[in-house]
Amino acid sequence: MPDTITTIQVNDDRLPWQAGEHVAELLQRIGVVEPKAVTTALNGEFVPRGRRAGTPMQPGDVLTVFKAITGG
Amino acid sequence: MTSWTLYGTSLASRFLLGTAGYPSPQVLCDAIAASGTQVVTVGLKRTLAAAGDNGFIDIIRRSGARLLPNTAGCRSAREAVALAHMARELYDTRWIKLEVVGDEHTLQPDPWELLVAAAQLTRDGFDVFPYCTDDLVTCRRLLDAGCQVLMPWGAPIGSGQGLLNPWALRTLREQLPGVPLIVDAGIGAPSHAAQAMELGYDGVLLNSAVAQARDPVAMARAFRLAIDAGQLGHAAGVMAKQDMAVASTPVTGRPFLIG
Repeated sequence: MPDTITTIQVNDDRLPWQAGEHVAELLQRIGVVEPKAVTTALNGEFVPRGRRAGTPMQPGDVLTVFKAITGG
Repeated sequence: MTSWTLYGTSLASRFLLGTAGYPSPQVLCDAIAASGTQVVTVGLKRTLAAAGDNGFIDIIRRSGARLLPNTAGCRSAREAVALAHMARELYDTRWIKLEVVGDEHTLQPDPWELLVAAAQLTRDGFDVFPYCTDDLVTCRRLLDAGCQVLMPWGAPIGSGQGLLNPWALRTLREQLPGVPLIVDAGIGAPSHAAQAMELGYDGVLLNSAVAQARDPVAMARAFRLAIDAGQLGHAAGVMAKQDMAVASTPVTGRPFLIG
């Protein structure tokens, strides 16, 4: 089985996919201790905070996690 | 200075300040105070780093200035729309500085993608501040798409070249009366900001010129004064240019009739 379908990607890191895991649980797994301090997109589509617990991760998915920074 | 309104929000300051690239949070804090700004721009970064940002965001949030998140780094309408929604969640504001870059060399906005994104975000309930070029037709299309504010560039981002095409900026001002116009990007010196305001622009947004100054706090104050001076000069009415000299002292010919 190709590696890409048994893993997921979180930002630049590739992680093992875990069956039944949702976005909220994945954030816990990667050590996000303050969920309100991040915002997320799954495969380029915004996942609102209120939908993280109900959005399952599928093999090959790409979760992007953003934080607030300074900007021009 | 006279107040103005952006999407229903009344502001006294005409100076919008970027928050990136300052040497320390305290310098940023002091620069914000010295600038008198009421609107500061912020961004989003793809990161998992547990380490903080040295307190910059806390300083910004505590400054009391209104936050204007940007979509920096986006190259398509789809990316920009997604990032705008994420910014709204993270910063709890409908305001979005919409950036969609179409050229890697000049970082020039992509007018087509910008327009698509602006229309979608307006439908989604955002107050869109589009970073655009000084092209009149593009600007009109952005207004048609629902934008109530336009932010044409003075010069490429971070170049500090000032107003490269005053004619185009003046034309925009003349053709779009009543539309809040903010020169965004390319401002390098306080005189550039004064020039924009003398053209009748409503505000100036800049970052690098302050952040990269030897003394950012003093430069923030210099821009504040220049923007105020430019606006006051415009309101007072700048004299018309003449091709030839026109004597200002009301003498009658030469002082003496002899010789």
